[in-house]
Amino acid sequence: MKLALKLAFKNIYGAGLRTILNVIVLSFSFVIIIFLNGVMDGWNAQAKKDTIEWEYGSGQLRHKDYDPFDPYTILDSHAPIPENRPDLTPILIHQASIYPEGRMMNIVLKGIASDQQTLLLPTSYLNAQEKQYPVIIGKRFAASSKLNIGDEVLLRWRDVNGTYDANTIYISAIFDSNVPTIDDGQIWINIDDLWQMTSQVNEATLLVLNETSTPLESTLWNFTSQKELLSTIEEIIATKKISSSIMYILLLAIALLAIFDTQVLSIFRRQKEIGTYVALGMTRRKVVGLFTVEGSMYSILALLLASLYGTPFFIFIKKIGIPVAAADQEVGLAIAERIFPIYGFSLVVGTVIVVVLASTIVSFLPAKKIAKINPVSALKGKIQ
Amino acid sequence: MKENLIIELKDLSKSYPVADDSFFALKNVTTQFVKGEFSGIVGPSGSGKTTLLNILGSLDQPTTGTATVLGRDISNLSHQSSANLRNYHIGFIFQVFNLLPVYTVFENVEFALLLQKKSSSERKKAVMQALEWVGLADKATKKPNKLSGGESQRVAIARAMVKKPELLLADEPTANLDAENAHGILKTMKTLNRELGTSFIFSTHDEKVMGYLNRIIHLRDGRIENDEEISNPKFA
Repeated sequence: MKLALKLAFKNIYGAGLRTILNVIVLSFSFVIIIFLNGVMDGWNAQAKKDTIEWEYGSGQLRHKDYDPFDPYTILDSHAPIPENRPDLTPILIHQASIYPEGRMMNIVLKGIASDQQTLLLPTSYLNAQEKQYPVIIGKRFAASSKLNIGDEVLLRWRDVNGTYDANTIYISAIFDSNVPTIDDGQIWINIDDLWQMTSQVNEATLLVLNETSTPLESTLWNFTSQKELLSTIEEIIATKKISSSIMYILLLAIALLAIFDTQVLSIFRRQKEIGTYVALGMTRRKVVGLFTVEGSMYSILALLLASLYGTPFFIFIKKIGIPVAAADQEVGLAIAERIFPIYGFSLVVGTVIVVVLASTIVSFLPAKKIAKINPVSALKGKIQ
Repeated sequence: MKENLIIELKDLSKSYPVADDSFFALKNVTTQFVKGEFSGIVGPSGSGKTTLLNILGSLDQPTTGTATVLGRDISNLSHQSSANLRNYHIGFIFQVFNLLPVYTVFENVEFALLLQKKSSSERKKAVMQALEWVGLADKATKKPNKLSGGESQRVAIARAMVKKPELLLADEPTANLDAENAHGILKTMKTLNRELGTSFIFSTHDEKVMGYLNRIIHLRDGRIENDEEISNPKFA
């Protein structure tokens, strides 16, 4: 092996420009694979962190009838808050409508305690004294409804008996969150106010657990763990990862094709050399090994080159992040204005293994032909 | 049986399929070679010289008959065994030198010893000694493309001789050399033959080479036409 490595290095060093081109293209593959996956992993981690901090907490207890994907379940999905569980943050959900500038907009009204500490929502603004019903909304909803801080807007809702009622709410704050599922079409109000408005005192639709909480044994509440809640995000990002992988698979394919071509050409062009190796006492298997190692060596050199320019590039991007266009932030999944890539150990090692293995395989495929070469024909350069 | 027999060929034939027929490159060749011979297989192009040399070097196998080289039956050798035979016991010199272009002179000569897994110090000593034999010690760091034809063939001789083989097969070694260089390398080979006892078998139709040989086997159309011992070679 040591001999094969030594010889292979000398041979590909001697191949000059062809080696340089192969190595450069393959090094791009290394960098692009690690970069794109790093961005996806960074997005994944950031999305999960934001969603935990702003929406999921350490898990949720949902009313047994509540289905977050079915708005028709909202009306009947409420139950009294369990006693002696101050660790749980109750959220009561109601459907309602607002009428900004005379337009009707259907919204989801969410009541939450103004003194809660579990979620990052700036609920202290729900205590604004100057108006009867202070509410907070997210920046996306503020943009779509054209509401600003200090605006007042008519809210219409139905109480527990189904009776319509209406009053004016006051926008006391607009929060900036990367999590669209607590923002789009949602208005957050003090839960005490919502209890009073709907005559559902001490009731909630879901309860958010904090880090110290333990699940509740109850027939009224279904526990959904943080992991289960985050699985949707992971699935979406995994799908995005697959679509982004097309780009680097193409790049890798080009690099591997170049190595394959080089190998085929090498074997044809270096017939006499192959014959000489055999004449000097190398077994044909060893010559196959030599040519395979040569092909693999491209990936090793590419790895070194990629480390050379990739490392500062990765560090720089990790520091400044990748800006995300405003349009991309409307995908319905938590995404920040800047994504900071994460280059994990498994990502780097996995990429190295995949590229080295792939280049070894494409080097071996043409090289295995050598095992059947007649050394006499090879020495004469007569192999077609 | 001759003393110190190193090669024995019995009814050796080699044929190649041509359309529905066979072309015989060698027909019923029977002969023997002993240790220390400086002999040549001579004949016109297509007479079967190179084919015979390739069989002796276990690069090719006979179609019928037997070829016993250094006690091994060439027809029954595995890839590994024939590689070992070439690596440890047989040296090759080719018409077009066949030096490995990306290696230096030193590395070209060192190659066979690398395959033998000799230590670095042993290799260095042996390579420098081989380069001394051919008078190229000062060109050890040069690449083959910086050498003249004569120098390249000397490197090829050093590469073949560095492992001190019992048998050296040289296929038209002077074909690409001018007269001065041809005589130079033939003298070198003759000296090595005398000093190291290596058996040399040439394939040639060069008069200059024939002038150094102690035995000439004339091949024509794959058959031995004449086998003559030369007690006083012209350039001995």
